Amino acid sequence: MSLPDEHGKFIEYGGKFAPEVLMPAIEELERGFRRYVKDPGFRRDLGYYLEEFAGRPTPLYYAENLSKKVGGAKIYLKREDLVHGGAHKLNNTLGQALLAKKMGKERVIAETGAGQHGVATAIAAAALDLDCEVYMGTDDMERQKLNVFRMDLMNAEIIPVESGSCTLKDAINEAMRDWLANVETTHYLIGSIVGPHPYPLMVREFQRIIGEETRKQIIDKEGVLPDYIVACVGGGSNAIGIFHEFLGDEVGLVGVEAGGRGIESGEHGATLCAGTSGVLHGTCSKLLQDRYGQIKISYSIAAGLDYPGVGPELSYLAEKGRLEVTSVTDDEALEAFKLLSREEGIVPALESAHAVYHAVELGEELDEDKTIIVNLSGRGDKDVSVVAEALGVKL
Amino acid sequence: MKIDEKFRDLQEKGEGALIGFVTAGDPTLEDTVDIIDSLIKGGVDILELGLPFSDPIADGVVIQKASERSLKAGMNPDLYFQIAGEITSDVPKVCLTYYNLVLQRGLERFIRDCRNSDISGLIVPDLPIEEATPLLEACRKHDVDFIFLVAPTTMEDRLQKILDEASGFLYVISVLGVTGARDEFSESINPTLRRIKKLSPEIPLAVGFGISKPEHVKGILRAGAQGAIVGSAFVKIIDGNRSDIGNAKEKIKELCRELKNATRDI
Repeated sequence: MSLPDEHGKFIEYGGKFAPEVLMPAIEELERGFRRYVKDPGFRRDLGYYLEEFAGRPTPLYYAENLSKKVGGAKIYLKREDLVHGGAHKLNNTLGQALLAKKMGKERVIAETGAGQHGVATAIAAAALDLDCEVYMGTDDMERQKLNVFRMDLMNAEIIPVESGSCTLKDAINEAMRDWLANVETTHYLIGSIVGPHPYPLMVREFQRIIGEETRKQIIDKEGVLPDYIVACVGGGSNAIGIFHEFLGDEVGLVGVEAGGRGIESGEHGATLCAGTSGVLHGTCSKLLQDRYGQIKISYSIAAGLDYPGVGPELSYLAEKGRLEVTSVTDDEALEAFKLLSREEGIVPALESAHAVYHAVELGEELDEDKTIIVNLSGRGDKDVSVVAEALGVKL
Repeated sequence: MKIDEKFRDLQEKGEGALIGFVTAGDPTLEDTVDIIDSLIKGGVDILELGLPFSDPIADGVVIQKASERSLKAGMNPDLYFQIAGEITSDVPKVCLTYYNLVLQRGLERFIRDCRNSDISGLIVPDLPIEEATPLLEACRKHDVDFIFLVAPTTMEDRLQKILDEASGFLYVISVLGVTGARDEFSESINPTLRRIKKLSPEIPLAVGFGISKPEHVKGILRAGAQGAIVGSAFVKIIDGNRSDIGNAKEKIKELCRELKNATRDI
C-alpha cells in the first residue's frame, strides 16, 4: 500500500487537522497538486528550473580525506549545499511556487527558521514573479541576520514574529493566521514535510529528486546501493527527500536530530527520539509536549532543527522500525562543522553537520568495504557568525 | 441546562442569544471566577470558556495573549474542569480548546470531565469534520454537543456533511481570518446565513469573529442568526485593566448588558 492514504494518513500519523476556513483551500491545493504533478507541461517547466536555475543534478562526492581520517567506511556526500541558494530547500519552493502560479495565486507566504526556506521561497518567488512575505521569529532573525538581508535583497518582505518562543513554531502559527485571512489569493508555501495533508506528500514529491539522483550516482560509482544513508531531521524534508527512493531496499536509513545541550537537559529538538504523539500545525505526529499537551519549546544551535514537531511520515517510519533515529549535541555538531571544513574544504550548514558527526561515528565502526551517504543538505556560510561566537572567536 | 433548551427559551421570549467568551485563568486563577461571574450577572446566555493551548493558530493577538497569561498563571485541564464545575448558574457552558489537549487527556475522559463539570458543548477550532469521528462518538455517548465551525468558504457539499453531524448550535465565522474585534462588521455574512438556513432551518446559528458592539449584534440577528458570539472585546477589557480587576469586572458587566439588550428588540 502506498502511503499516505487518501485521507493523508501514514497509518495513525498525518491527516488534516486544520481550521474549517482553510479546508476548502487545502482541498483545492490537493486537487491542483494531483493534477499538475503528472502534467507533462508542469514537469517540463519544473525540470527546466531545477536544471538551468537551481543547478541540478548535484554531485555525489566521495569525501576521501574524511573517509581516510575516519579509517572505516567510505563516506559520500550528496551535495545539496550546491543547490542555488545554498540548501535543498529550493527543490520544494520551485515546485510549490510553480504550482501556486498554475493555480492562479498571486502571493506566497512562508515561515522560516534558519532562513534557508525563507531564502529559497524568496528566490522562487522572484524567479516566478510572485509576491512573497516571510514570517520569521525575532530570535531566529537575530541568529540569521545574513539570510534576513538576502531575503530583503530579493524583494521578499520579512514579518518579524514576537509571539511565544520567537522561533520556527511561532512563525508557522503566524503564517497560518495570515493564510486564514488571505486564503483566496495566497498560497502558503510550507518548507517541510509537516502541516496538513497534502503538504507532507507534496513536499516529499518535490524533494525526492535528491534520492533519485543519489541512487543513479552511487550505482555508477560503487556498483551497489549504499549500506547507510544519514540525514539530519528538523521537520524532515531533506531526510525524506533522500530516504524515499530507498525505502524498499536493504539500506540503513538514519535520521539525526538536534540533541542541543543533551536530551537529559530538556533543551533539544529531538522529537523522534524523545517525543510523544499529538496534533500540531495541522498534522498528527511526534511532538515535544508536556503531559497536558502544551507544546514545549525546542532548542538547537541549528535554527533549522529547532522545532518541537516532525514530519508525520518520519514518525511512522521510525515507529515501524524502518528509520533509525539518533541525536547529536550542539558541541558534537560544531566538531563536525570544523572537521568537514578542515578535511574537505566544505563548510556544512550546522544542521547538516549533525548528520556528518553521526556518519563519522558510524564510519569508524564499519569496514572499508561499506559505504555511507550523508545528505549534505546545506552550506554553512549562514552559520559562520554563530559558530565564531560559539568558539569564542571575534569576527 | 442544555444548549437547545436555551435557544428554545430565548426564541419563545423573542430574543437572540448572547454568547460570551473568556479564557479560563486569565489573568489569574482567582480573578477568573469573578470575571465569569460578571459575564453571568451581565446577562450572558451561554458562557464559552477557553481552555488555553500554547499554539492557538485560529486566534488573533488578543486571545493569544490571554492564553499566554492563563498558562503562565498555571492553568491546566485539571484546574479548568474544577473551575468550570464550581460555577453555580444554569447558564449553559461551552468549552473551547484545541485538539491536542483533548487528545492527550483521552477523548473519552475529556468528554466525561465536560459532563461532570456541567459543560454542555465543545468547540475545537482545529478539528475539521474529516478528523472528528472519534470525538463525535465520545460526545454523543456523554450527551455533550460538538459545535462545528462553518466559514464563508465552506461550500455546499462540506456544509451538508457538517449539518448532518451538528448539534447545539453552529458557529458561523463572519470573516476569513482569526478571532479579534473589528470596527466594521462585515455584511458578507448574510449570504452565508442564507445558504445554511436553506439546507437546515432547524439548527441555531451563532455568528462569531470580530463582533464587539451592540449594532453588530443587532445586525447579525436581523440577518437571520439566533446568536452572537463575543470574545476578544471582553478579553481586551481584562488586558487593559490587569492592575484593577475590580474595574475590569464592572466594565465587562456593563458591555455584557449593552450587548444583551441588543438581542432583545430585533
